[in-house]
Amino acid sequence: MSAGQSLPAPVELRGSGIRSRLSDFSDRHRSISVLVGVGAVAAALPLIVLLPPFSGFSGQTVWVDGFTIAGIFILLALGLNIVVGMSGLLDLGYAAFFAIGAYTYAFAASPFYGNEFPFWPMLLVGAAMAAIFGIMLGAPTLRLRGDYLAIVTLGFGEIVPITILNLSQYTDGPNGIGGIDAPTIADFTFPTTGNPWPYYLTMVGLIVISMILIYRLQNSRLGRSWMAIREDELAAAANGINTVTTKLLAFALGATTAGLAGVFLAAKLQTVTPNLFRFDVSFTVLAMVVLGGMGNIWGVAVGAFIVFMIQSVLLKQLNLFFDNVQIPILSEIDFLQYQFLLYGIALVAMMLLRPEGLFPSQRRKRELHTEEDAEFGELGDPMGASPE
Amino acid sequence: MASMAVGATARPNVLAALRHSGASPYLFIVALAVAMYFVLGPRQFVNALTIGAIYALVALGYTMVYGIIELINFAHGDVFMVGSFVSLFVLTNVLGQEGSASDLGGIVFELAITFALTMVIVGILGVLIERFAYRPLRNAPRLAPLITAIGISFILQNLVQIIYGPSPVNTPQVISPTARVDIAGVSIGWVNIFIIATAIVLMVGLQLFVSRTKMGRAMRSTASDREAAALMGVDINRTIALTFLIGSALAGAAGVVQGLYFGNIQFVIGFQSGLKAFTAAVLGGIGNLAGAAIGGFFIGFVEVTAANFGYFVWAQAAVFMILIVTLVFRPAGLFGQQLGERA
Repeated sequence: MSAGQSLPAPVELRGSGIRSRLSDFSDRHRSISVLVGVGAVAAALPLIVLLPPFSGFSGQTVWVDGFTIAGIFILLALGLNIVVGMSGLLDLGYAAFFAIGAYTYAFAASPFYGNEFPFWPMLLVGAAMAAIFGIMLGAPTLRLRGDYLAIVTLGFGEIVPITILNLSQYTDGPNGIGGIDAPTIADFTFPTTGNPWPYYLTMVGLIVISMILIYRLQNSRLGRSWMAIREDELAAAANGINTVTTKLLAFALGATTAGLAGVFLAAKLQTVTPNLFRFDVSFTVLAMVVLGGMGNIWGVAVGAFIVFMIQSVLLKQLNLFFDNVQIPILSEIDFLQYQFLLYGIALVAMMLLRPEGLFPSQRRKRELHTEEDAEFGELGDPMGASPE
Repeated sequence: MASMAVGATARPNVLAALRHSGASPYLFIVALAVAMYFVLGPRQFVNALTIGAIYALVALGYTMVYGIIELINFAHGDVFMVGSFVSLFVLTNVLGQEGSASDLGGIVFELAITFALTMVIVGILGVLIERFAYRPLRNAPRLAPLITAIGISFILQNLVQIIYGPSPVNTPQVISPTARVDIAGVSIGWVNIFIIATAIVLMVGLQLFVSRTKMGRAMRSTASDREAAALMGVDINRTIALTFLIGSALAGAAGVVQGLYFGNIQFVIGFQSGLKAFTAAVLGGIGNLAGAAIGGFFIGFVEVTAANFGYFVWAQAAVFMILIVTLVFRPAGLFGQQLGERA
């Protein structure tokens, strides 16, 4: 958000003790802190679910499986954050790139075409395919104004599943492609049931690598250009940033992450159908990014995890709970039905009340709380100023 | 972009004169319509015009709102969808209508009530959305109102889904679909005539309102320069609210027509028709009222033609391709812009 936002957030005074040393350390050693942070969470989660009340919902295997799927959404949110959060471009068809990644692996490693390409290199190929489509879509449209991009991506997000659905001879239409190969390491093939750990650990690895790369991008010249474009495209262009190329790179890198997630999804589910990639996926991921705090890498990861847990655990448990206790009205309600209503309300409420998200990015917070910026904020955003 | 075309000097030949007068896109549309008539045959041609009228009415709301506050109102398609459900409510719960009305008096009475109530209710809904979701964010970065618009869109969809369920709901077709009339040897449904006529009346009315009345002038001045308009004494907030009122009321009318023509409605129609109507608005040059109307008819033709040749499943993809191609090669639309100079 630009400095035009005047938010009455409390000024946080940073203590000079252990906390500040820790945060200094994590600023200087981003990659190590990401590795340690994600590793600690990834190690803690399977243990936490052994405790009540979580242990009562389902066994550890089911939980870890669920966390793996949550990881896919975290990857998607991290990728969309590059586009929406860092560069300020609204991509509403993000699921299309997810689909392209998934179908790339499905074509390459299933009996449908009789191919048996290995998983690991295909991760990169799927990501590259998604990036190519991202560039193909972005190159003509990123020259236009931002909100046109939103509608074009929305259209693209619809075209891709429609195309997959209707090109039955190449994609088996609504049935999707099944029997996709599981990943292998040497002679070890990832088990599909029983042992969820190989997929889980792979996912954790993917998240760590993506997060480190995205952090490095954020602090690079490119990342600063993205933020400059987000804040004021005209000023960024005037300062010598090639806005089209920079936006295109954001778009392509966002698509790459979605492609990666798609390949993993195909390998995890071992079947892909066009219905997995409908508009609701794009929308869910957008809600995750907005809730988590656009632009904040940790924030969107946590936001994605929370939203996924709400939709896959909390709402289901509410249904079960009220079914059991037999409260007349509440037990009739299917809480899962309200999922998108909740997202909609959350999006509107977040934008009106706390546009920086639940976990705002430090840079934006700083922007909002230095004195000059506060003064500048009084003057308002010159591009959108209206006399009222 | 538009200013470049205006600055070009007219060369003394017919083509250049045509281009200068701005009539060539309209000639193109007329030529296309004639061609379509022969390709589709009279019956499908009327069908395309009818569907196009619905898109055109929805497209007007997109184009008006974009023209005045430069916001793609993603919720507009869903406002249209809510309109169709409000009309269902009015017809069945208020008027107790089931199936088709039998006498002319009943038809006129019921349609008048349905249109009036639906347009008022949906218009107010539009104003409320503007007041609570968009106005607080008017000076915020562009991304913020776009995201609330999507949020509103999902709220509306899900509320309707919760109330009326996820499956298509039958609506009473007040004008019986079997009532037909022969015009020059071609059998045309009364309902088609009614819909096309209603749409044209509303569009002409809107055009007159915007170009002739004081409030219309306030809208145009707000669209071209909000600050200058405010300095001249235009109440910006009221003008924008009025734009939402009119745009949403037209979407409400389109909602009534949707139920009337197709006989069933579903909570997702807002999303699908909304995208198509938006394409129509872009095609006609966003901010351009006449352009949006013609764009709507054009989309209707594309869809019916695709369906006619057995490619219905591709119709939607084709519409999006048109959208992308238009944005890439002619971002100002076929007819350029009227309300303000944008894009």
